[in-house]
Amino acid sequence: MHFDLTDDQEALRDGIRAVCQGRFPSERVREGFDRETFDALGETGVFSLIADGFSWADASIAFEELGRAVVPGPLVWGVLAHGLVDGVPTGLDRPAPGAPAMVEHLAAAGAVLVLDADAVRVVPADAVAGVALDWPLDPLTPVTRVTDLPTGEVLAGADVTRWRRAGAVLTAAFQVGMAHACVEQATAYALDRRQFDRPVGSFQAIKHLLADALVRAEVARTAVHAAAVTLDDPEVGDLDRAISGAKLLAGEAALKNAKASVQVHGGMGFTWEVDAHLYLKRAWVTNTAFGAPDACADRVAATLPGGA
Amino acid sequence: MDLRASPSDEAFRAGLRAWLDATLATLPPEPARDDWPARVAYDTDWQKRLFDAGYAGMSWPREYGGRDAPPSEQLIFLEECSNAKAPYVGVNFVGTLHAGPTLIAEGTDAQKAAHVPKILRGDEVWCQCFSEPDAGSDLAGLTTRAERDGDHYVVTGRKIWCSFGQIGEFGELLARTDPTAPKHKGISWFILPMDLPGIEVRPIETILGSSEFCEVFLDEVRVPADCLVGAENDGWRVTNVTLSFERGTAFVSEMVDAMRMAVELAPHVHDPADRRELGHVVAEFDALWALTKRNVSRAARTGDTGLGGMLMKLAYSEARDRLGELSMRVLDRGVFDVHEPFVEERLRTLSLTIAAGTSQIQRNIVGERVLGLPRERAWPAPGTEG
Ligand SMILES: Cc1cc2nc3c(=O)[nH]c(=O)nc-3n(C[C@H](O)[C@H](O)[C@H](O)COP(=O)(O)OP(=O)(O)OC[C@H]3O[C@@H](n4cnc5c(N)ncnc54)[C@H](O)[C@@H]3O)c2cc1C
Repeated sequence: MHFDLTDDQEALRDGIRAVCQGRFPSERVREGFDRETFDALGETGVFSLIADGFSWADASIAFEELGRAVVPGPLVWGVLAHGLVDGVPTGLDRPAPGAPAMVEHLAAAGAVLVLDADAVRVVPADAVAGVALDWPLDPLTPVTRVTDLPTGEVLAGADVTRWRRAGAVLTAAFQVGMAHACVEQATAYALDRRQFDRPVGSFQAIKHLLADALVRAEVARTAVHAAAVTLDDPEVGDLDRAISGAKLLAGEAALKNAKASVQVHGGMGFTWEVDAHLYLKRAWVTNTAFGAPDACADRVAATLPGGA
Repeated sequence: MDLRASPSDEAFRAGLRAWLDATLATLPPEPARDDWPARVAYDTDWQKRLFDAGYAGMSWPREYGGRDAPPSEQLIFLEECSNAKAPYVGVNFVGTLHAGPTLIAEGTDAQKAAHVPKILRGDEVWCQCFSEPDAGSDLAGLTTRAERDGDHYVVTGRKIWCSFGQIGEFGELLARTDPTAPKHKGISWFILPMDLPGIEVRPIETILGSSEFCEVFLDEVRVPADCLVGAENDGWRVTNVTLSFERGTAFVSEMVDAMRMAVELAPHVHDPADRRELGHVVAEFDALWALTKRNVSRAARTGDTGLGGMLMKLAYSEARDRLGELSMRVLDRGVFDVHEPFVEERLRTLSLTIAAGTSQIQRNIVGERVLGLPRERAWPAPGTEG
């Protein structure tokens, strides 16, 4: 066993982090996602990592960095559908009858991937009719409410179970990155912001809020690494339990840490100008994909003795 | 201790219900969020209707046009308005819930005559200019200066987070009149006519993408001396009159609203774990509603809401957060659309743990002023520097 990052993985992390800092500063991120963003990301190789022989553990390290910079776009689908469809891929779980069919980034997309129980199906984006929301929760995630989602064609070469697992790991990794970024941004603010003639970070109430946030993020990060390693080598553990646990902890860390960041920023945290809300909104959005936290907790519990 | 409604309470409720039924049917559609002139027109029109029907200023003394209603009727009023989905207090918030009560308690006869009836009738919109970029939680650290110059005070400084700053005709202004005095002792409370030369108001975009609050720049604004409320340098005490209104009672109508939202969420909550959480949240709101009854009853008896008033804001904002998170989980893929009322509410209620004293400050108040625990030591700790 060697459950720590290798030198290569550290180099990968630093490389993607440098790319994000250079190409996706907050001002650029706030411009949103488009085809150009997709191509720029494609050039960094994040979508082709698996095809290029990297592991899911490596991919999760890269996605953590994308999450840290809260890069917009259907990025997870970019990895899953790499080389299988034309144009930008987006996707969703086939909605239950009566549930809202919400498709992210439809305008920029070429293909919509639909996860069914038995297969991945693909629908050309221009065959999907719906109404773009004029007030989406996350300003960087445009969403279309689809009135009638076509059945689509089965996508050859795509194993739906594997897609669900890999999608959950990458989403969780992205969330861990967001959770850590929130701790860093809020800590920087708590050091800088002074009230009562001292940095607000000197108050124990703020220190404890941030310490709890860091603990959540780091525990979740470890769980995500364990899940990714298990996805690479399923013999080392219970894969579904590892992935569900990781997605649960990462989702909660992203959400709670973003809220902590809003709180530490005080009135500033309630503004559009400070990035805290972008992380919070993406946390809510990403928690609806590849397994909501509660559903993940149910799945972990289902692996235990007892129950119904 | 008694929770039974008296026959006169029931009569009041019946009359109010009939009035709400008849009146709400005649209201125009609600204006768009960022159409401020339309919002002012809509909210002040509602206030006028309340006034004409005798429902404005439920708790205000009769000599100021209020109803001087018993606590039970004040709560019935809030309950019925929320259940009927009557308009919220809206742009009348600062006037009816802060400025009006403060002027009644501390203003001169002339100040009261000039403002109180207009506030009650919806003829005057107010905003609150307390916080500054460097004085939020530490409000008493404010540095906006007001210097006496003949019949005027000359005011220079910067205010921030002024809700309704872009439409307020008058502001509650706190400014430093004695920079040499200890920080709580050199502050004064002024009525600030927002149309004076030297005032510039810039909206700030909120997390909702709307402009609910503003930054206010004050550049040598000449404020007439008769705008001073209370004595010079006694503004901190006057402020606490306002803040105690804010913390004690301003959340009551929100509370009722939160209960209504929990009930509206209920039919969508199927998952057993979510239903159990809804049970927890509603039990909390029920208890807070009971606490509200306790607070208004105690205020009527002793003039002060006591411990309950100090706990209310903290407990309410935490319960509201729990409801907000539950609703986001229940909506699942429905969270994407902010037009969904639960989503908009979730975003809006993020301010509850920040505005009017953050939850951290509320906990300090309970820990230090109620429990008498020592304050955090001075920073840097004595003897640790250099
Ligand atoms: C929606 C909204 C509407 C508002 N409307 C108005 C208005 O109309 N008029 C007006 O004047 N103001 C208004 N405010 C301002 C509000 O009162 C302040 O935002 C609030 O008092 C916090 O101040 P701050 O933003 O400067 O945060 P800061 O005081 O800088 O706080 C930053 C962080 O430090 C923490 N902190 C600070 N001091 C301590 C301490 N001693 N112990 C522990 N933790 C501490 C805080 O809890 C917070 O987490 C509004 C704010 C909001 C969000």
